[in-house]
Amino acid sequence: MRHRYWWGQGILLPVLTILFISCNKTEQQETMPPVPENIAFVKPAGFPEPAYRFTDNPVTTDGFALGKVLFYDGALSRDGTISCASCHIQANAFTHHGHDVSHGIDDRLGVRNSPSIQNLAWSTTFFWDGGVHDLDLQPIVPIENPVEMDEKLGNVIKRLQANTRYQQLFQKAFGSPDINSARMLKALSQFMLMLVSANSRYDRYLQGRETFTDSEKNGLAVFQQKCASCHQPPLFTDNSFRNNGVAPRMYGADSGRYVITLAGEDMYRFKVPSLRNVALTAPYMHDGRFGSLESVMNHYDNNFFDSPTLDPVFRNGFALTETDKRDLTAFLRTLSDKEFITDRRFEPPPGFIPRD
Amino acid sequence: MKNYILLIAAVLLASCSKDTTAPATDPSETGTMTLEFDNRAGSDDLILGVQVYTNAQGEKLTITKFAYYVSNFRFITANGNVYTVPQDSSYFLISEADKASAFHTLKNVPAGDYVQVKFMIGVDSTRSLMDISKRTGALDPATGASDMYWGWNSGYIFAKLEGSSPSSTDRQKLFRYHVGLFGGGFNNGVKTLNNTREVTLTIPNNGKAIIRKDRRAQVHFFADALKMLNGTTNISVAANPNVMVDALSAKIADNYTQMFIIDHVHNE
Ligand code: HEC
Ligand code: HEC
Repeated sequence: MRHRYWWGQGILLPVLTILFISCNKTEQQETMPPVPENIAFVKPAGFPEPAYRFTDNPVTTDGFALGKVLFYDGALSRDGTISCASCHIQANAFTHHGHDVSHGIDDRLGVRNSPSIQNLAWSTTFFWDGGVHDLDLQPIVPIENPVEMDEKLGNVIKRLQANTRYQQLFQKAFGSPDINSARMLKALSQFMLMLVSANSRYDRYLQGRETFTDSEKNGLAVFQQKCASCHQPPLFTDNSFRNNGVAPRMYGADSGRYVITLAGEDMYRFKVPSLRNVALTAPYMHDGRFGSLESVMNHYDNNFFDSPTLDPVFRNGFALTETDKRDLTAFLRTLSDKEFITDRRFEPPPGFIPRD
Repeated sequence: MKNYILLIAAVLLASCSKDTTAPATDPSETGTMTLEFDNRAGSDDLILGVQVYTNAQGEKLTITKFAYYVSNFRFITANGNVYTVPQDSSYFLISEADKASAFHTLKNVPAGDYVQVKFMIGVDSTRSLMDISKRTGALDPATGASDMYWGWNSGYIFAKLEGSSPSSTDRQKLFRYHVGLFGGGFNNGVKTLNNTREVTLTIPNNGKAIIRKDRRAQVHFFADALKMLNGTTNISVAANPNVMVDALSAKIADNYTQMFIIDHVHNE
């Protein structure tokens, strides 16, 4: 699926906006809560201190608004067809649901599965191999990747500089119409930092506002015993790199973290992914090899590929009973955050035209 | 005829290096220093694309790209005073394809008679981890650094040598040496290779770079592109036509440590 956000020379958008607003007025008033005016990053109760340096880039309403437009704009790709949102779709917790590996420009395929974009303020590295150490530097990768957006960052900046609407948005966000890479990247970060998921049934259960079934309760207990050492609550990742025994492919095996560090101990290690919203983000693992949580459960039932870097916890008979699997799956489903995937603040800006 | 020219040249050179300037005494006096980077291939001028060179492995090759970062400049006087160029303006990208990149003028250098230059090849880890808004000009991934930046393994490419060779085992007979990696260690993470290298060069023939408010000095460096391949490890374009994020990159970095000399200094 590709999403094109036509914005052209600044005339189309205002027109579309007006159309959109007038078309949606009634519906909006009846069923939708008003879109909040003031955007601010709020650390959910029980979450650790963020890793992102907010002092270098405080989130503002206008910075967020600019970041959102950039996120949904095909102008960041070579031919205008691919936006960040093409592969990071809100309804799927900002993953590319249904694609094992991501699907980019000219229908070219990547080699890795797109992870969900959520709770990035707490991430210490980005990508499955952790090759990027700063969220601000992250968007350069998809923009310049030949199988994703296939454009040069410099060309994107030039295109934005020539667009009067962007000049206005940059003016609002940063106090002057100057458009440069640092500002563009920081605006994108502001949008992505706001994508906080912390209101799943699990969270409300912890707050005593929700009840769990016996199966979910047992799933949580098994999870705490067998999974939480890596998928550590509340983020459901400890940000470490581990080899969980996913078998390397015979051809074109992905060495994971090793690609970045060239250290033998990092061979086949991948970043522990967060499991928040995991029921919405199939397929699973770095290459999207497992289509369902059931397959993931079967993997964790002693189906580990042995190699020198296989994590020690999987070495001595790590197995799951059928009940464990069923209950774990039930528990993982409680991590879905409906508010997050329907939050109107994160919706495409008016004028966004989805295209399949 | 030739002898006469040599003689005149010798006299001129001798007079050039004779220093009759009064020593700098005013600590607030400053002047201008220009760094010139002249790219070479062995004893010859580097000519991109057409000129055939031979590396230490005896392989014939042509060079189509030669570019590198030098940074963190320090100038040292005969009595050991060190002037460190302000960090924010101490990153230079030199590319053979861009003639203007050969010259870098430094203003407000304290008056003094400098005899030694220290600098780094590459971009240090502190700067590599710095907020993106502190990485402008030669370090901006959208402009100056657009051809010298790895997005997927965040960091600058410190040196690039590309070209073609009949000996290359690459399908298109090309070779590409891209050396980067600043040591990693961000967020207390693991360390990667660190291919930044320190260089210390002494101005030859007891020369000095004389900086006064009314005098400027130009330090003329030679950078020998072939030294990326020739040195403590002689790189073969047949055995390793492409080296990027690879253990061998550290050997090329050891080689490029020996790539620079100061050929001479002009004092004006
Ligand atoms: C063609 C599909 C595609 C497009 C377009 C795309 N991404 Fe991604 N994204 C991916 C894939 C695949 C990964 C995982 C890559 C890897 O780990 O090597 C990813 C990873 C990420 C991550 C890292 C998440 C984490 O937890 O490590 C972020 C953040 C992100 N993308 C943001 C963006 C932004 C911003 C844009 C637009 C500038 C964008 N993406 C465009 C497919 C895409
Ligand atoms: C030793 C650390 C470790 C433990 C223990 C662990 N995992 Fe994982 N898990 C990982 C890593 C690393 C990955 C990513 C591997 C890859 O992509 O190749 C992963 C991936 C997953 C995924 C796929 C997520 C996605 O978005 O693709 C699920 C689901 C998952 N684990 C569930 C579990 C469950 C359930 C348990 C307990 C039975 C568990 N994990 C135990 C390290 C661990």
